[in-house]
Amino acid sequence: MRKYWSFFRIRFIAGLQYRAAALAGICTQFFWGTMTLLLYRAFYQNGGSAFPMTFPELSCYIWLQQASLGMFMAWSFDEDIFSGILSGGVSYELCRPADLYAMWFTKNMALRMSRTALRCLPILLVAAFLPEPFRLLPPPDLFCFLGFVVSLLLGFLVLVAFSMLVYISAFYTLSTSGVRILVVSVVEFFSGFVIPLPFFPEALQPFVRALPFASMQSTPFLVYSGNLSGGELAGAVGMQAVWLIVLLVFGRLWMAKTLKRVVVQGG
Amino acid sequence: MKLYLQYFSMLVRCQMQYKFSFWMMVVGHFFMSFSLFFSIFFLFSRFGEVDGFTFPEILLCFAVVSMAFSSAECFARGFDVFPRLIKSGDLDRILLRPRSVIFQVLCSNIEFSRLGRFLQALLILIYAVLTSGFAWSFDKIIALFLMLTGGFVTFSALFILYAAFSFFTIDGLEFMNIFTDGAKEFGRYPFSVYGEGILKFLTFGIPLALFQYYPLLYLTGRSDRIGLIFLPLIGFLFLIPCYAFFRFGLRRYQSVGS
Repeated sequence: MRKYWSFFRIRFIAGLQYRAAALAGICTQFFWGTMTLLLYRAFYQNGGSAFPMTFPELSCYIWLQQASLGMFMAWSFDEDIFSGILSGGVSYELCRPADLYAMWFTKNMALRMSRTALRCLPILLVAAFLPEPFRLLPPPDLFCFLGFVVSLLLGFLVLVAFSMLVYISAFYTLSTSGVRILVVSVVEFFSGFVIPLPFFPEALQPFVRALPFASMQSTPFLVYSGNLSGGELAGAVGMQAVWLIVLLVFGRLWMAKTLKRVVVQGG
Repeated sequence: MKLYLQYFSMLVRCQMQYKFSFWMMVVGHFFMSFSLFFSIFFLFSRFGEVDGFTFPEILLCFAVVSMAFSSAECFARGFDVFPRLIKSGDLDRILLRPRSVIFQVLCSNIEFSRLGRFLQALLILIYAVLTSGFAWSFDKIIALFLMLTGGFVTFSALFILYAAFSFFTIDGLEFMNIFTDGAKEFGRYPFSVYGEGILKFLTFGIPLALFQYYPLLYLTGRSDRIGLIFLPLIGFLFLIPCYAFFRFGLRRYQSVGS
C-alpha cells in the first residue's frame, strides 16, 4: 500500500507545479459557467412547462461541474502511459514489483485530483457570492451533503476505472487518438457534461440513468442540490457502487489477459 | 500556390499512413458534433424556442458556426499547434527558409480529420435549409455564403492571434480557448441570447457576432435591412490587427534555444 501512496504523492506534487495554467483554467471555467447559465436563463425565460430542474439547482450543477472539471474531464489522459505503450517503455513498468493496474489507477487519480485541488476553491468561492439565481447555494441539509461526498467519491472512481479501459485498449490499437475521441464524445454526452441528464427526454431517462456514464458526475451533482433524494438517491448511489465493481473487475481481468500476450518490440 | 498543393498532397499521404486511426478520428469528430446536435434537440423538445428563435433557425446558426470553425481548424491548424513549434525550436528552421512565415505555418499542418465535423455540419445545414421554410431568394443565398466565409476568416484570425500570444508566453494559453472553442460551443445559439453586454462585446471587440447574429436576423426575416448581410465582410478587417500582432511578436522573437 505504501508504494502506491508514494506514486500518488509524486504525481500529485508534479501536478501542483502548473500554477499559471491553473489560473488560466480558473478564468476559462468561470467564463464557461457564466455563459452556460446565461444560455439556460434564455431558455427558462421563455416559460415552457416542463422544468426538470429549478434554476438554482441548475446553477449548483453548473458551478460544481466547472469546479470539479479537473476530476471529471473525459478528455484528460496520462500521455506518459500511451507513449510508454507505444515506445515499449511499459516493459520497465512491468519489471517493477508493483501491480500495473493499481499503479496506473493511483497515478490517474493523483493527476486529476491535483488539477482539481488548485482550481476548485476559487471557483466555488466566487460562485457562492454571485447574485441570485446564479449563486451556488449550500446543499439543503446535512444529509444531502453527506450523500454528495460519498457519491462524488464513487463517481470519481467510476470515471477512473472506466478510463483504465482506454489505456488497456492502447495495447491493441497503439495509436489511440481515434478511440479517444469516440470515447470522450460518448462519455461527455451520457454523463451529463453537455447537458444535465434530467433534460434528456423522459422516454430515454431509465436507459440513460442505467449506463455507467450517469454514475460519473451526474449523480453527485444532482444529489448536492437535492434534485435526487430518498429512494432515487439510494438507487443512484447503489448503481454507482455496482458499476464501480463491474468496471474494476472487468478492467483487471482484461489487463491480465492483455499482459499475457503483450509483445514489446525493439531492444 | 503550387507549393501549397505539394504540401497538401504530402500531408494527405502522411495522414493516410494510419488509415484506421484516421477514419476513427473522422467518425469521432462526426459523433462529437452529433452529441451537440442532440443536446440542442433535447433542449428544444422541452422548451420549444429560445429568445424567439425556432429549432430550424438555431440549427442554421449551429451549422454555419460549426462549418466555419471546422474548416478554419482544418486549414489554420498550423497556428493552433504553433506553441509547439516555438517550444521545440522548430520555428528557427522555418525562419531560415526563403518563404513567408505565415505561409509555412499554414502548410505545416492540415488536419483532415476535421472533415468529419465539417460533413456533419453540412448535413445539418442542408436539413435546416430544407425545414426552415424561408423563401430562399438570391440575396439569402449570398448571405449564407458570406456568413460561412466570414466565419472562416474570423476563426482563422483568432487562431493567428492565439499563435501570436505564444511568442510571449511560450506555452499555449488556455484562456484563449474561450474565444476559439468557446465561440464554437456557444455560437450554436445566436449571441443575443447571452444578453446585451456580451452581444456588444462580440460586435465591437471580437467580431464573432458580425458573421453570426446580424446576417441571421436578415436570413430569418427579423430585419429587412439588406446591409446586414455584408457585415461579415467587416469581420475580415479583424485579420489586420491579428496579423499585425503576429508580426510584432515575430520581431520580438528570441529563440528558446536548442
